[in-house]
Amino acid sequence: MSALVIAAAGPGITLQDGGRHGYLRYGFTAAGPMDPLMHATANRAAGNPLDAAAIEISTGGVTLAVEGEALGLALASTGFRIALDGEPLPPAVALTLEPGRSLVVRAGDTGSWGYLAVQGRLDLPPVLGSLATHTRSGVGGLHGRGLAAGVRIPVADGRPGERAPHRLVAPWLDRAPDTVRVVLGPQDDYFAPDQIAAFLAGPWTVSPRGDRMACFLDGTPLKHARGHDIVSDGVAMGAVQVPGNGLPIVLMADRQSTGGYPKIATVIGPDLGRVAQVRGGARIAFRAVSVAEAVTARRAEAEFLRGPVPREPVVRTDFASDFLLSLNLIGGVTDGQPLEHAHR
Amino acid sequence: MSVPRLLDAGEAALVVEFGTTVDPALSDRVLALDEALAADPPQGLRERVPTYRSLMLHYDPLVLDRARLADHVLRLTGSAAERTGTATLWTLPCCYDAPHGEDVAELAGRAGLSPEAVVALHAGATYRVYMYGFAPGFAYLGGLPKGLAVPRRARPRPPHPRNAVVVGGGLAAVATVPMPTGWYVVGATPSRLYAPERAESFFVAAGDAIRFEPVDAATFDALAAREASGEPVARQGRTA
Repeated sequence: MSALVIAAAGPGITLQDGGRHGYLRYGFTAAGPMDPLMHATANRAAGNPLDAAAIEISTGGVTLAVEGEALGLALASTGFRIALDGEPLPPAVALTLEPGRSLVVRAGDTGSWGYLAVQGRLDLPPVLGSLATHTRSGVGGLHGRGLAAGVRIPVADGRPGERAPHRLVAPWLDRAPDTVRVVLGPQDDYFAPDQIAAFLAGPWTVSPRGDRMACFLDGTPLKHARGHDIVSDGVAMGAVQVPGNGLPIVLMADRQSTGGYPKIATVIGPDLGRVAQVRGGARIAFRAVSVAEAVTARRAEAEFLRGPVPREPVVRTDFASDFLLSLNLIGGVTDGQPLEHAHR
Repeated sequence: MSVPRLLDAGEAALVVEFGTTVDPALSDRVLALDEALAADPPQGLRERVPTYRSLMLHYDPLVLDRARLADHVLRLTGSAAERTGTATLWTLPCCYDAPHGEDVAELAGRAGLSPEAVVALHAGATYRVYMYGFAPGFAYLGGLPKGLAVPRRARPRPPHPRNAVVVGGGLAAVATVPMPTGWYVVGATPSRLYAPERAESFFVAAGDAIRFEPVDAATFDALAAREASGEPVARQGRTA
């Protein structure tokens, strides 16, 4: 059986499938991808079920190799820097990784998460029917932890892809990060109309201390109309809770299943990835939409993933010279060959 | 009986809110709807999350229209106001002694009681399981004697052990997965409310009742070994 081998990994790299569903009533959050659309796109491009397990790559970056037979891979990101034995590739790409070669994924200027799907099935024991990693409860993936150097992930039914790398043409991943659509509520009545307007207008600065659990926003604190404690109720992914300090927190994939702060609004499903991908220091604002508008956006998103992800051969002029230079500066990544010859 | 409020939590979750307080009567209405939806689920309903005073319904809006879900819920709340299932009374062994009852002395100081009185009060009560939340298998229990109602710590203590029995903020809980906590650890149960590898990973349901039966540390160890071998140590009875 082939296997993926992690040669190096930064913090925050985990296995995620579509999520561990059905256990919210027992306090167990689904986990699953931070950017569901990008995760599903990688799986679609690899020919897998949309909710198959894939590697979620943080800005910490990862270096991978394969053991056994060559494996087809699909990598979806916006702005990540990817190199195969030093040869730069586009940020969304399908390729075949042969034994002895090295695939390096590093953060670029934009984007917080990328997804790497394997043509085949990550052959690990599921917990409660899922491989989604929830590190806070030590469950899923490989021993409930993030992936680290030396980890070996067996791949069942592995198959190679096309010999030459192909760029994935997935324009739906290029989402403007500045405005995020929300449905107001469920506790918007804990805020006066002027505070709801202030929440939407922002702009909010995304704090760098976010993780898979939450995205913290800095700005002018919101005022509660009737206190900031509620008796705990359910929390959806994308819920924007406003604790006592008035600074909103968007609750993400590893959130708790219930919570005791008023939730002024909820980010719509199609915009969860937009929030997930924003880097610390960036600014965002919100726009209120109706449930019907949100469903229309969801339907449009499902349409993107209905057919195969279009792809085109990688062309050498894709890369700016500063990018090529940066790969050389990382050290140990390029093999020093002239780049004209690198694309074999 | 009042009609519940329907609050959207985005386009894929609907909160059916029966009230805003901790109240067994509200909890009964939540659980009655939960049972009715389990028996008659509309296609596209994915998960039901009962809380103290509301039921959150996660649904696939491409399969189940919001208006149709709302109609279905309101129809069921009209006809299914009473719970039909029988709640189970669980007796969980609990060791309040060292090394398990890490915070008994501290809580006793806060509550103005002796450590013995803390244990007697805690073990003398029958608790209602209102809901799970916070972490896998973390069960929020109502029915804590007033004498033990102290605020939670301002600053969390280091992670509690597995299956800690905790109190704080006027509530009790069983805390399965070690985490830093603002609650006080009064003991530990050898019973595992959450065991992912077990066929029935969670056996206590919202609406059930729990009593804690004091055991010494040696008995705790023996029971923990039985539990680890796959023999459940929680005892089951029926409650009204």
